Amino acid sequence: MSNTNPGTNPGRRIDLDALSFRIVMTAIALAALVLLVAPTVVVIWVSFTSGYSLKFPPPGYSLRWYAELWNAWQLQFAMMNSLKVAAWATGLSILLGVAASLGIARSPTLTAKVLDSLFLSPLVLPALAFGLSSLMFFSMVGVPVSPLTLVIGHTVVSVPFVVRNTVASLAQMNPSLLEASSSLGAGRWYGFRRITLPLIRPGVMAGGFIAFMASFDNVPVSLFLRDAATDMLPIRMWQDLEGRLDVTVAALSGILIVLTIALMLVMERVAGLSKRLT
Amino acid sequence: MAATLRDVTTYDLKLAAPLAAGFVLFFVTPLAILLALSFQTDPQGGHYGLTQYVNFLGDRFSLGVLGSTLWLGVKVTALTLLLGYPVAWLHQRSPGWARGLIMLLVLLPLLTSVVVRTFAWVVILGRQGIVNATLAWLGLIDTPLKLLYTDGGVVVALAQVQMPLMVLPIVTALGRIDPNFADASSVLGAGHWRTFRKVILPLSLPGIVAGCLLTYAAAITAFITQSLIGGGQMLFMPMYIYQQASTLQNWPFAAAISIVFLVSVLVVVSIFNALGRLSRGYANA
Repeated sequence: MSNTNPGTNPGRRIDLDALSFRIVMTAIALAALVLLVAPTVVVIWVSFTSGYSLKFPPPGYSLRWYAELWNAWQLQFAMMNSLKVAAWATGLSILLGVAASLGIARSPTLTAKVLDSLFLSPLVLPALAFGLSSLMFFSMVGVPVSPLTLVIGHTVVSVPFVVRNTVASLAQMNPSLLEASSSLGAGRWYGFRRITLPLIRPGVMAGGFIAFMASFDNVPVSLFLRDAATDMLPIRMWQDLEGRLDVTVAALSGILIVLTIALMLVMERVAGLSKRLT
Repeated sequence: MAATLRDVTTYDLKLAAPLAAGFVLFFVTPLAILLALSFQTDPQGGHYGLTQYVNFLGDRFSLGVLGSTLWLGVKVTALTLLLGYPVAWLHQRSPGWARGLIMLLVLLPLLTSVVVRTFAWVVILGRQGIVNATLAWLGLIDTPLKLLYTDGGVVVALAQVQMPLMVLPIVTALGRIDPNFADASSVLGAGHWRTFRKVILPLSLPGIVAGCLLTYAAAITAFITQSLIGGGQMLFMPMYIYQQASTLQNWPFAAAISIVFLVSVLVVVSIFNALGRLSRGYANA
């Protein structure tokens, strides 16, 4: 997009106009980008404090709170639970979500359209209302809350991300590739393994990654569906923060941020993450 | 032969059956139970009626919570649009490396844990936080300002948390605009502001509407950010539901509030979807 138009520029008035437009837009954009990044930078910064509080600026710097994490068994326990539930929910989401996407993506039927909306609807419904309704459901049928109910609830709120990305990948796939492979004698399973799967793999991976993060970060569903013994990381951190501003939480946040950035960069490489989110 | 050739490009709809069955059992049924329970007149069960809804709609406090939640969404969406649109615009006209960097900065909050992001705002807005420390250092204030547990604090924190949801659809919409339109507009003598107002902004409306829908829905349901930054004094719908269900164990009333909230969200979503259709028609005209 060319922003200057030499030859069509009649004079100073347009220059001022162009200048003011660019200055205003760029200034707001830069301010917004600072606002976007500030919290991340601040968390990492204060996590290196040597003091006992999250006072800003820190009185000195040290790694003591990161060392403290080795003894923070409550946080470690909650983290393991969250990782396990997220892994299960992501695995189930990919298994069920990819199969469902294959079924509905190229089908012109009304059923397929209805199912598509149904599978995506957890994205807009308030998760807290869903969590509460699930608890009512499980207590009504007499199933006590457990890691199993947690995995089920998390799968419902994670699977839309897999479906959305897989359906999008399938819609972009050129169907004549499958026709060609079939006319050359390839069976359906072979065609799926050698053509469909490689073409949709980046979409499935991006969807699975977002599903994993959504589950790992979920509070509203976990609040209702976990049992007393299953402490989940975001809830543990939230409760720690409500009580007192704990610097150990800052150190853990620092680690989570670094891990997230690393995973994001890997996913960008192998699955073109940013293209799939726009 | 032609029939079998067309056949290989589609997969059997039955592949969707396991997920569909799971959704009916673990998503549709619970919501139906929620609806049914909201008509129970008292927590012990038995009688059915509209008591819970009458209680909600006749209660000034409850209506206030609903109103402030919906209004909070409006404020957050407006601020997010004001800040997010220029980011998408800057992304669109930047060279390749800067595009990648902007995209990374936009995506980072989307994938960072909500608790971590919110926690950062507690550190920034707190009495000993970055804003107060800076203002005191500049000599502008003597006593720390109260920023945490205020309406403005909640709006700014939510705007940051939800900004990616606004920026990404607008980036897509801006990318679809034929650059020749802007060139044509300026050749015809329109300045940058006028071209933006008359050409770029209308053509990017589908992205704006999509972004507003996502931001609004996320802002009013953002339980963690609302409760940590808002503190105890400010009550919004998600926390209200949680209090009634968990602390007070009043399931029928909690169910009724949930249904009212669900319906409000669905109404807003439908309005935005209708606007989206209008705007797409406008953008394609």
